Amino acid sequence: MASEQRLSPSEMKILRLFLSVALLFGTSLIGLGQADQITGTVNRGKQRVRIAAADFKPATADPNTAVLLTTFNQVLYSDLQNAGIFDVVSKSFNPLQTPGTPDDLTACDTSTPNTTGSGSCPKKIDAWANPPTTAEMMAFGNLGVSGGQVTVNGWLFDVKNNIAPQVLGKQYREQATQDNARLIAHEFADEIIFRLGGGIPGIAESKIVFISTRSGNKEVWMMDYDGYGQHQITHLGQIALSPRISPDSSRIAFVELSSKGVSLRMYSLLLNRMITFPHVGGLGMSPAWGPLPDMKLAFTSTRSGDPEIYTSSQDGAGLKRVTDSKGPDVSPVWNPKTGAEIAFVSSRATNLAQIFTMAPDGTNVQRLTDGGYAVSPSWSPDGQWLTFAWQRSYGPGIPGNRDIYVMNVANKTYSQLTANAGTNDVPSWSPDGRHIVFQSDRSGTTEIWTMLADGTQQHQLSQTGQNSQPNWSWK
Amino acid sequence: MQKNNELMQQGRLHSFGASQLRGFAASFLALLLLFAIAGCHHPKPAPPPPPPPPPPAPTASISANPATVNAGQPTTLTWQTDNATDVSIDGIGAVNANGSQSVTPTDSTTYHLTAKGPGGTQEATTRVTVNRPAPKVEEPAPPSMTDQQLFDQNIKDAFFDYDSYSVRPQDASVLQADAQFLNQHPNWKIMVEGHCDERGSTEYNMALGASRADSAKQALVSAGVDASRINTTSFGKEKPFCTESNEQCWQQNRRAHLVLAQ
Repeated sequence: MASEQRLSPSEMKILRLFLSVALLFGTSLIGLGQADQITGTVNRGKQRVRIAAADFKPATADPNTAVLLTTFNQVLYSDLQNAGIFDVVSKSFNPLQTPGTPDDLTACDTSTPNTTGSGSCPKKIDAWANPPTTAEMMAFGNLGVSGGQVTVNGWLFDVKNNIAPQVLGKQYREQATQDNARLIAHEFADEIIFRLGGGIPGIAESKIVFISTRSGNKEVWMMDYDGYGQHQITHLGQIALSPRISPDSSRIAFVELSSKGVSLRMYSLLLNRMITFPHVGGLGMSPAWGPLPDMKLAFTSTRSGDPEIYTSSQDGAGLKRVTDSKGPDVSPVWNPKTGAEIAFVSSRATNLAQIFTMAPDGTNVQRLTDGGYAVSPSWSPDGQWLTFAWQRSYGPGIPGNRDIYVMNVANKTYSQLTANAGTNDVPSWSPDGRHIVFQSDRSGTTEIWTMLADGTQQHQLSQTGQNSQPNWSWK
Repeated sequence: MQKNNELMQQGRLHSFGASQLRGFAASFLALLLLFAIAGCHHPKPAPPPPPPPPPPAPTASISANPATVNAGQPTTLTWQTDNATDVSIDGIGAVNANGSQSVTPTDSTTYHLTAKGPGGTQEATTRVTVNRPAPKVEEPAPPSMTDQQLFDQNIKDAFFDYDSYSVRPQDASVLQADAQFLNQHPNWKIMVEGHCDERGSTEYNMALGASRADSAKQALVSAGVDASRINTTSFGKEKPFCTESNEQCWQQNRRAHLVLAQ
């Protein structure tokens, strides 16, 4: 299912080529220094590591081994490709002989004549270091099903290090199911990404909540970061909007629109049911979680008549009004690093939506966008960047689309990530800061898309119905 | 008869012929007259009585709200007197010096209040006009329109400019006419729904719809409708009236939609 939802490797290559050309043009407009900054959000200024992922070898003759192996190999490869920090070797460039254990790599390669002239023989690992593979790192191992359990042994080798090539060796054992094969692949990929990506945990086990119409109503849905395992969370039969997952992944705050009005609702992912959230008066919309440990809430309420932003504790107590301006004040988002800043959308300056920041008590209001129509802010995990949807030229009859932008909050420099591809909105930053999920109607219906935070590797995650308002989990 | 006049007034808001303008002026005068009678609702407090006798003459006022009802609907009489010892209303009997009472006259009725005191006698009257459904000649009509039918025929929505929640002048007069009609039906409660066109962002449009509903509510309140009768909600762009992607359709969707609450 997941592989159907992704582009084939060759399509990806064409897309990536196109995007890097597009990015080249884009960056030449905004200046090189800034482009470096923005690329920095993805790979922290380092060169991409060239990594080869050998297909894992079957370790047992159990018929389930082959089935789970296919899933495992696919998921591991695409996780590494999605990570944004690797140049993943196309599998067609891998040597024909696939290693299943470290011994397979350190053994002498008898197929190659010894040309070194010394006592040492050429090792099989050299085939991975040499062209066309030219890998710096390689992941390999074996998978076997036995007695209803699947066991995976995985290694990461530094191919150029002849003395101590092993970077990582892990064993995983779970009940033998497809889902667990995926899970182990995600866990192993996250280990590799953690080791080679500057100590930032990978996102292969993260989740995305979103709104889908595929049940006939707008309900809250959830999926893995790669689009796999899409499943319905709420069954309210009304209109659900603005789902936001809590920093500890225990709850989803969202909005329910019915004939009774518009109210904040709460779903427990631990209890798998709705839990009560007090009615704060007026209409409630656009909930947002502050960082742990407080997990405060910010949201918009019309309890004073006009939409204004309020904060409260996670159970709705201690309500505090923090904005006071006529017209929409909506879409608050807490700085996830500090909890000391809230970005939000207000029409106060131009009568059109603009992005602002303020302290959580409503002081120190700063306008970030200089015009047009700017909505749907989301912070990077390090609290230094905002991504949002912006239509730079906006007005009746003015051509131009809403596109995804990122902006450095400190100096207000910005970069455009999507272009000439439908209306794009509601970006949400991944927990590793390297990815952004968003909605786009470029395929004809509104769907969930994902990309690296520099705008490359854009691909579609949802296919069925209308899907919108994605929100990436905090971990 | 009276109802037909009202319907014509509604019509005039949309087309102003010369004769209609004359008619409008006449209706306006009649309305002024109504307000003049009903305007005694809150008389200024009497100045402190001068110390010496003779006893002051009683004062009295009475009003009905609404002054016009449909057959079978109640109206509220409110009266105030000063310096009176015996106060009575014909057809009701002796009443308190100040008070209010709900009545449901079957026909148009003039209520006559008499206030007697040591300083003399003061009388006041108010007239409640009861609308009877006009008999239709051609087809047998239901005896009276339902509230929903009345509401649908007389209450109009307000529309908004692109990305704006300000009530435009032409829509202010629509809401003023709505307020007048709502004030004739004081037991009605209404919901104002804010709607937006498809172009804005989902979440922002929810807030914009809320602002539009609030603007329309404020216009109704400043035209005299009790704020407690009006609830607001927002549908953002979730329930469009029209689903084509053109300006005509978008304009239809940028609106404050008034709904009779059940």
